[in-house]
Amino acid sequence: MTNSVEISLNGEPSSIVAGLSLQQALELWEFTSKKVAVAINGDFVPRSLYDNTQLSAKDQIDVVTPVGGG
Amino acid sequence: MGNFTLYGETFNSRFLLGTALYPSPQIMRDAITASECDIVTLGLRRQNPSEQDGAAIWDFIKDSGCKLLPNTAGCKSAKEAITLAEMSREIFDTEWIKLEVIGDDYNLQPDPYGLIEAAAELIKKGFKVLPYTTDDLIVAQKLLDAGCEVIMPWGAPIGTGQGLMNKYNLRTLRERLPDTPLIIDAGLGAPSQAAEAMEMGFDGVLLNTAVAKAQTPPQMAKAFAQAIDAGRNAFEAGLMVQKETASPSTPVIGQPFWHSK
Repeated sequence: MTNSVEISLNGEPSSIVAGLSLQQALELWEFTSKKVAVAINGDFVPRSLYDNTQLSAKDQIDVVTPVGGG
Repeated sequence: MGNFTLYGETFNSRFLLGTALYPSPQIMRDAITASECDIVTLGLRRQNPSEQDGAAIWDFIKDSGCKLLPNTAGCKSAKEAITLAEMSREIFDTEWIKLEVIGDDYNLQPDPYGLIEAAAELIKKGFKVLPYTTDDLIVAQKLLDAGCEVIMPWGAPIGTGQGLMNKYNLRTLRERLPDTPLIIDAGLGAPSQAAEAMEMGFDGVLLNTAVAKAQTPPQMAKAFAQAIDAGRNAFEAGLMVQKETASPSTPVIGQPFWHSK
């Protein structure tokens, strides 16, 4: 049985396989567009660090994309 | 008209337009075109991959050729605003950020303490910060001390359309900061209000709702553009001094029928 960890994705609870990198998780969640940026636990994670960032239990992950704004 | 320069970049239009709340992406695009603006604001929000509504808006904005001014709308602390600004810089490949730190949900009033803290930190990180602030002179001075080169005081709370609510404070800002680009950001509802701001000597106007929620947004965008140009021309031309009593504009000398009674 594969270990899983509970995280939060854009405010919603989610369960993922333990040991995934941020890059793998984004692919899993089909955030295939390049127009996203990511923060984990309120801290910005540059794209260059996606591969080397391991997700941990209880991580709060925010994935944002452009919208109209004033 | 005189140059409009922000952070070393010169723009033809003194009208900055928001990209939210339009009836459709197509109408937004038409409004941007009609406004002849050079700078548009936009935001970042959480989005699930299955929801691609934002893609069309982004495509239109990207194709407009306008300079992008991402915002930190909705952030309630310096920390949140700094993180969102860093996310914006990566996504939009720009150091420009319209900095918002909101202190109150009811009137969306900027939190001056969080704003100054975030501005100082972002400028250290290399951002070009355009802070959305109140009309408070001391807050503006602290933002300048932090390294901001532009100040964006509100006319009225966001989305209210009430115009220039505190003209004394706004006049004071203009008089005390004569060399700082000042852009009225938020609260304008009618082109006449934008013209008034420009006549007072403000350098530009940023708005969204007044255009997006008009019956015909592109036509309203054009109306604001014309009002902003008219107001700027009036400021540069120099308004006459108001007087309490009437004085005839047509010459008195040579008046016919003089003493005829």
